[in-house]
Amino acid sequence: MLSFALRRLLSAVPTLFVLVTLTFFLMRAAPGGPFDGERTLPPQVEAALTREYHLDAPLWRQYLDYLGNLAHGDLGPSFQYEGYRVTELIGDALPVSLALGSAALALSLLLGGVIGAVAALRQGRWIDPLLTHITLIGVSIPNYVIAPLLVLLFAVTLGWLPAGGWHHDRPTDMVLPVIALALPQIAYIARLLRNGLIDALATPYLRTARAKGLPLRLLVLRHAWRPAVLPVISHLGPAAAGLLTGSVVVEQVFGIPGLGRYFVQAALNRDYTLVLGAVLLYGTLIVLFNFVVDLLYGALDPRLRTA
Amino acid sequence: MGLIVALSLLLAIILFVLLAPLASPYACDEIDFDGPWSSAPTLAHQHWFGTDSLGRDLFVRTACGGRLSLLVGVVSTLVSLLIGVAYGACAGYAGGRVDTLMMRAVDVLYALPFMFLVIVLMVLFGRHLLLLFVAIGAVNWLDMARVVRGQTLVLRRREFIAAARIGGLSDARIIVRHIVPNLVDIVVVYAALTLPQVILIESFLSFLGLGAASTSWGALVDDGAREMMATPWSLLFPALFLGATLLLLNLVAEQLRLRLARGAGTT
Repeated sequence: MLSFALRRLLSAVPTLFVLVTLTFFLMRAAPGGPFDGERTLPPQVEAALTREYHLDAPLWRQYLDYLGNLAHGDLGPSFQYEGYRVTELIGDALPVSLALGSAALALSLLLGGVIGAVAALRQGRWIDPLLTHITLIGVSIPNYVIAPLLVLLFAVTLGWLPAGGWHHDRPTDMVLPVIALALPQIAYIARLLRNGLIDALATPYLRTARAKGLPLRLLVLRHAWRPAVLPVISHLGPAAAGLLTGSVVVEQVFGIPGLGRYFVQAALNRDYTLVLGAVLLYGTLIVLFNFVVDLLYGALDPRLRTA
Repeated sequence: MGLIVALSLLLAIILFVLLAPLASPYACDEIDFDGPWSSAPTLAHQHWFGTDSLGRDLFVRTACGGRLSLLVGVVSTLVSLLIGVAYGACAGYAGGRVDTLMMRAVDVLYALPFMFLVIVLMVLFGRHLLLLFVAIGAVNWLDMARVVRGQTLVLRRREFIAAARIGGLSDARIIVRHIVPNLVDIVVVYAALTLPQVILIESFLSFLGLGAASTSWGALVDDGAREMMATPWSLLFPALFLGATLLLLNLVAEQLRLRLARGAGTT
């Protein structure tokens, strides 16, 4: 088990390496630079800046320097936010995204789980097709459509909740963003869980258990949930990484100072180090969560342990 | 039954997108200087969906946005289909070490956060329509490649492939003439699943202002979201069309998938 975990973690290194390398050279291949602004800088200033950030060194040298700093846990200075390290910027923005993301994750697990279970256990009655169709809407409609509609309904028309912003003393700021983040996930989880439960209940060993008279409630709580949550878990790996690093869309619509907005802003500003830092963080989380997914798979179904 | 209803509604949306600009006196980016700015939907000036804060007709803009969104959807799906089928069929037909290596590469690519690579690509190399097709298509071929490879592995062992090989056909010819035609049903299902995903990515990029043109459904939703206080209809109409199209495409894809699964079960 331990050697499996170690091997699995080590195999993540090349993936992250490819990611960093690809992003690094893609960005450098692009036209424009971090100091192209509205007004052109005097040549001496630009030369000084270029030297300051080692942009005058050959590209391979900069790449190796970056990797060297990375090995020391330093993501380098930001090009756009003068005087800030990328680690500081991410450190400031991450808690906001984490708070929203984990609330959304908890909500979607709870509601998605309940809806999925209800639909599966009432299979064939009116409530199952109803829930299945509603969740298909949730899966289909992206949150950049849902988020503005939520604002229009609850903030503009009804005036119940703030339309956006982020204040430490105003917890209602979180309500709409969390709902916007959670809705598609609720729908996904509900659908996966429903199909998983229905498949599980149709297996011979559970049909046998039912036939010998085990009540449905115990059947689900003791046995069927194990195989049924496997697809949910493998969906949750990447989904959780996405939720916790912040959504570009939700942060833009609600004006939230989270991590998501850096992905786009930083790329637009040619803030090389910030883009790399954000992408690297996201990639690391993806790899990490996929690793947790594998461990959970092994814990839930012993047959998958050797894989 | 559900499939037919969904398909006819989709057809209605496609017809609307194609024909609506012909029915209205206005053009996509044309500003109606005579009519009211930020007008609610009205019959008076033939602004059936109202106008936005610049006085542009939303009926026509919604249709123009749909043209672009659907065009990107279809072309990018074709790109991903082409790459995915070619890659998957080659890997599956080659088998052995080549197959392992090729699928290992796909696994590595799966781990990359592709959405952000597309964003980086669009930001860095400019908002060009051709690049958009390629970037989105190049992101979405992984699923297709996996499925096609799995199916090819099965096909490879069938007698008619052995017969073709004994008959002296080249590998390339066997793949093109005998493997690929037998993949059609599964490819159709996966193409149907890819189409809404692709439209989703395109409108996501447009929403962020990184799309190829200012009129696509995503960009219109973005515009509408900014002006929803004054002109809520400028958000509602594009959102309605985008949402309905995605929902219907997913419905069709799901129905096709169920039919394929059922078909495989009975034969």
